[in-house]
Amino acid sequence: MPSNKIEIKNLYKIFGPNPSSLIEKVNSGVGKDELLEEYRHVLGLNKINLNIADHSLQVIMGLSGSGKSTLIRHINRLIEPTSGEMIVDGQDVLTLSQKELLEFRKNKTAMVFQKFALLPHKTVLQNVSFGLFIKQVEQGEAEKKSMHWIDRVGLLGYEHRYPQQLSGGMQQRVGLARALANDPDILLMDEAFSALDPLIRKDMQDILLELQLELKKTVVFITHDLDEALKLGDNIAILKDGSMDQEGNAVDILLDPKTEYVKKFVEDVNRSRVLKAKNIMQDPSKISKELLAGQTMKVKSEDVIEKFIDKVVVEKPNLLEVTDNNGLSIGYLTSERLSQILRK
Amino acid sequence: MAKETNFLTEFPTLPVELIRAFKKTTDASYKAFSREYGDYIESFFNPLLKFLVFWEKLLVGTPWPIIIGVVCVFAFYGTRSYKIVIGIIISFFFVGYMGMWNDMMESMGFIIVATIMAIAFGIPLGIWMAKSNRAQAIITPILDFMQTLPPFVYLIPVVMLLGIGKIPGLISVIVYAIPPMIRLTNLGIREVDHEILEAADSFGATPWQKLTQVQFPLALPTIFAGVNQTIMMALAMVIIASMIGVKGLGQEVLRAITNQYFTLGMLNGLAIVILAIVFDRISQAYGKRIQKHRSGDAI
Repeated sequence: MPSNKIEIKNLYKIFGPNPSSLIEKVNSGVGKDELLEEYRHVLGLNKINLNIADHSLQVIMGLSGSGKSTLIRHINRLIEPTSGEMIVDGQDVLTLSQKELLEFRKNKTAMVFQKFALLPHKTVLQNVSFGLFIKQVEQGEAEKKSMHWIDRVGLLGYEHRYPQQLSGGMQQRVGLARALANDPDILLMDEAFSALDPLIRKDMQDILLELQLELKKTVVFITHDLDEALKLGDNIAILKDGSMDQEGNAVDILLDPKTEYVKKFVEDVNRSRVLKAKNIMQDPSKISKELLAGQTMKVKSEDVIEKFIDKVVVEKPNLLEVTDNNGLSIGYLTSERLSQILRK
Repeated sequence: MAKETNFLTEFPTLPVELIRAFKKTTDASYKAFSREYGDYIESFFNPLLKFLVFWEKLLVGTPWPIIIGVVCVFAFYGTRSYKIVIGIIISFFFVGYMGMWNDMMESMGFIIVATIMAIAFGIPLGIWMAKSNRAQAIITPILDFMQTLPPFVYLIPVVMLLGIGKIPGLISVIVYAIPPMIRLTNLGIREVDHEILEAADSFGATPWQKLTQVQFPLALPTIFAGVNQTIMMALAMVIIASMIGVKGLGQEVLRAITNQYFTLGMLNGLAIVILAIVFDRISQAYGKRIQKHRSGDAI
């Protein structure tokens, strides 16, 4: 069981002149619309509880206005909550003094922004070393570290350009390198790829996954795009109107949506591209003897449905045998269940 | 009935004696104040006077070819345009040939000092105004007042306090020219993109680091527009300040008005226009150079 890097406990955020007096009302079931109409306060976050495991990639998903950007800004306390706890490495961030908070931000977290938020008057190199400059790291060392990350995100040769001379995708690579150069434990990504073209976005997702495989940071990734969430997230939390709607891994959310809201989200997802054989395989005990005795087709457990569906159509097997990397059988999948899953 | 018409056609005023007494006591107490502290205040401004005299002597004393050369180097470095450099040479030669060189140098020194002082006080005030909403609420109406009060009116208390001369002239020019400096510094800093500030915060930047690394550099183009405005306003005020003893081109204009010398007035007016254009082109060019990184081209 991995330990929790971040524990969010009973977090509330109400925007308005007198927020703390209204927590009781929110607790007794006053919703976002009513709070706005009757009390002229905006409900930002409503009793959020979330544990984020160390080294995991946590996606927080929701439509605009669902409170996801508000939530991520509580982790490094860019926004003060109305009440609740934000525990990082066993320490409540909300109890830190102003000075301790600056140290916390310098050393524990780094953030990547939707609109990049680069400094237009500084070069790529100066932008990437900005966090190190703030930490007053010696210049030669800062530049060495920065160049390493500029190289890693594929921007070598661009270090003396200004951000405005780069394309959107390249600018966000600078944003990513700037965050990584600080070597934070926690990487906060606020809709980091939402402003990019679909192709560039896919590139950036792949870069992130590749880096994460090696760096094993704790990443909190905000998105409004379910496909992106399913592709990236070890764990996904879905927010609606400031409340947590459902939390779980990609398969849970896809196969077992708990609310109407999540169901609607999940409807349009191409399941064959997301679900892997191991996600949907069945225990041999649940499969009839006749089927087990008949012909089977072997599929790899890590393959998504899309990878073997063409073969299934051609060979029309009654039963698929799911094998692990060593070719050992670890489960079965009837073609009935497969078609059921694809039918939704 | 007759009484009512009277009331409507003639505005009800305080008794004349009362108004006279009010003016008298106010003036008398101000005079007493300036008699008491005038010398003290004058000595307070002494360093400023020395600074001003230094610049005037420098500009008047330096041989004219060197002055033209230095201005041209500045202009070329800012604009990279030969046309402007040639224009400056021709117009400066015209001014010198018409016997106005020394007057123009005095005015130039005056404007340089006034601009330096306006920047030195205007930028910190503008930063303070941007950082604090309360400061903005206090300073904005004062600036409005300063900009709408006819300049002749605030010459009076300055003259009463410090008499006629360079320092009262300089102070009135600075007071007249400083509002755009303060306003545009404030505006420039307040306009800085919220997300960029958030990024600086997220890296744990202190307020001082944010100001020096993010807010001030990003506000610089707007601040430079303020410098340009300040120079233009100082030029306009130099003429008015000649009424209280500021030498230079303005004094000649004043002489032309009082004696109805049309040509003298026109020539000196033209010299002021030339000075204005030179200052404007050079300061704008530097403002634009600061923004170079903002354009997407030049890859």
